[in-house]
Amino acid sequence: MMQTVSLVSLQPGEQAVIRAINAEEGLFQRLSALGFRTGKQIELVRRASFSGPIHVRIGSTDIVLRLAEARRIQITPSPKP
Amino acid sequence: MKRIALLGMPNTGKSTLFNRITGASARVGNWPGITVDLMSAKILLGGHIANLVDLPGIYDLHGFSDDEQVVRHFIENNDIDLVILVLNASQLDRQLSLALQVRNLELPTVLMLNMADEARQSGIEIDQAALSTHLGMPVMLISAKYGEGCVEALKTAGDTLNISRQLEADVLRKQLSTDDQIETEMQHIMQSSVQMPIRLTDELTDRIDRVVLHPWLGLPIFFAALYVLFQFIFTAGKPLQDGVAWLLGYVRGGLLEPLLATAPPWLHGLLLDGIYNGVGTVAAFVPLIILFFLVMTMVEDSGYLSRAAFLTDALMAKMGLDGRGFVMLLMGFGCNVPALMGTRVMRSRPLRLLTMLVIPFSLCSARLQVFVFMAAALFTPHQAPLVLFALYLMSFAATFVTALLFKGQYKNSEPFVLELPPYRFPTARQIVLRGWIEVSHFLRRATKFIVAGVVLVWALTNFPSDVPPASPYTFAGMIGDAMAPVLNPIGIDGKLAIALIFGFVAKEIVIGSLAVIYGLSGDPLMQLMAQKLDWVQGMSFMLFTLIYTPCLSTIATMRSESRSNAFMWLSIVWSLLLAWVVSFVFYQGARALGY
Repeated sequence: MMQTVSLVSLQPGEQAVIRAINAEEGLFQRLSALGFRTGKQIELVRRASFSGPIHVRIGSTDIVLRLAEARRIQITPSPKP
Repeated sequence: MKRIALLGMPNTGKSTLFNRITGASARVGNWPGITVDLMSAKILLGGHIANLVDLPGIYDLHGFSDDEQVVRHFIENNDIDLVILVLNASQLDRQLSLALQVRNLELPTVLMLNMADEARQSGIEIDQAALSTHLGMPVMLISAKYGEGCVEALKTAGDTLNISRQLEADVLRKQLSTDDQIETEMQHIMQSSVQMPIRLTDELTDRIDRVVLHPWLGLPIFFAALYVLFQFIFTAGKPLQDGVAWLLGYVRGGLLEPLLATAPPWLHGLLLDGIYNGVGTVAAFVPLIILFFLVMTMVEDSGYLSRAAFLTDALMAKMGLDGRGFVMLLMGFGCNVPALMGTRVMRSRPLRLLTMLVIPFSLCSARLQVFVFMAAALFTPHQAPLVLFALYLMSFAATFVTALLFKGQYKNSEPFVLELPPYRFPTARQIVLRGWIEVSHFLRRATKFIVAGVVLVWALTNFPSDVPPASPYTFAGMIGDAMAPVLNPIGIDGKLAIALIFGFVAKEIVIGSLAVIYGLSGDPLMQLMAQKLDWVQGMSFMLFTLIYTPCLSTIATMRSESRSNAFMWLSIVWSLLLAWVVSFVFYQGARALGY
């Protein structure tokens, strides 16, 4: 059993599997409507400069979110191919 | 009359479809149960005249964002005969959830899968019949942008409307509170009716993003792109604005003046200097607004706006704003009016209000005219550019201070989670329609307000009728005198106060009003100003002009966009207060230092 870390710790180009989303109902609904669901593959595409938002990809959808929101998402990093 | 609701996720081309179905006949209207205006239009469908309502784009019928609540309340409070649901064919894997939620409403529904052309190119194959059976609603493949499949889709919608029966609102309300099993059912349907390549990366979008979102190059590219757009809007807009001014002058001189030659002077003044000039003030904005929205539609529909937000968000977050506000702020340096209208892309109301509160501090092109004139009159050619630069810095500072002070009041509750849509090229039809709709809204909403304001200022500066216009003996002059205790401490005398009252209408006419007040124009006016004012007074006047309410058009737009008189007054009072405090500190400080 691998331990989970927050989405923020992922490096650009790395992939992971979503394990948990710790958010209040409003944010949870919004995230899940955009495709954030436990068990889904997620890739960190890039980070903005100056601790700005991160750019992630789930399936065919590209999403940007702030670090504050990304901290709510727990993942287990996938081994590098 | 039948009522049809157009529902869909953001970035699915829902509005494009709306515009395609309705042409430019759409109207903004109020609906029971919700506080925002929705676009609607009367269309002929299946032999009925039906009212088609464009609902805000939502991800989730059971969500709690402003838009999601608007949609839910609309469905709960209005009888709906047909739902046209628009989803993006190439993102069906996650958008299908909305279709299942809508199906559970048991309203007659037609599902239109838009951007079918894009989906085909990406190798997505959709089994229309299987999907239709699973969902229990007709499924049509369309491309709203190119019109492909739209005729058949509308025919199907008409047929569905004819066999439809209405549902009680109570029953609907109950159904809206349940959304079980959607997730598992989604997977099942996806597996049996949609073939999707597992990793659908649009190669080109990826490659463009690698450049424009580059950690070091991204921001410089963004500023360069903005500069080019800005230059385009204002270099293309200037001759158009001049053209409108010339046309208005021509009509006045060639037609209206002779026609009113025998009219009594007060009527002549009211009609020409009051109402006609008021209409002219509005008309002068039209070319700029058209150009701004042509460009903004292109930027927005292309998908770049979300990327700009990604790049600038780190800075804006500290001010309680977000990345999209940055784009609008910079647009405000051209003209505040379209920048205020552009804040509509923000969905969270507190965020939008905060952005609207700071935009008027952007040093717009009209204020620049005043500053160029004053700086040339009071400073050496060597100093003048530095003065202008200082004013630009001041403009940024006023923005920062205001955002920091008010961000507690306008707490942005919405998390910053944005979708980055793939790049798209909007069609000419899409752009032109949008430009036309925005301009007609501006004209309808702002005209009356602005004309009334211009007439008021005209009356203040022309009555009592037995004294020279714009002299200290007019009502405006009296107001200027009455305000002396407030304005003297910042070095502004009665004559400059009249110019400030004129400036309330539009900053473009401040210099013109100084010409009327002093009875001189051009170089002689500059020399007189240099004699009458020292540089400290001039700078204080410029600082005040920079920060206080930009113009009537901005106020009118502020009121119509916020739908709140209280907010409009807050903006006016706060900017006057800040302008006075800044000028006071500067003027008294400079005097105390012996200047």
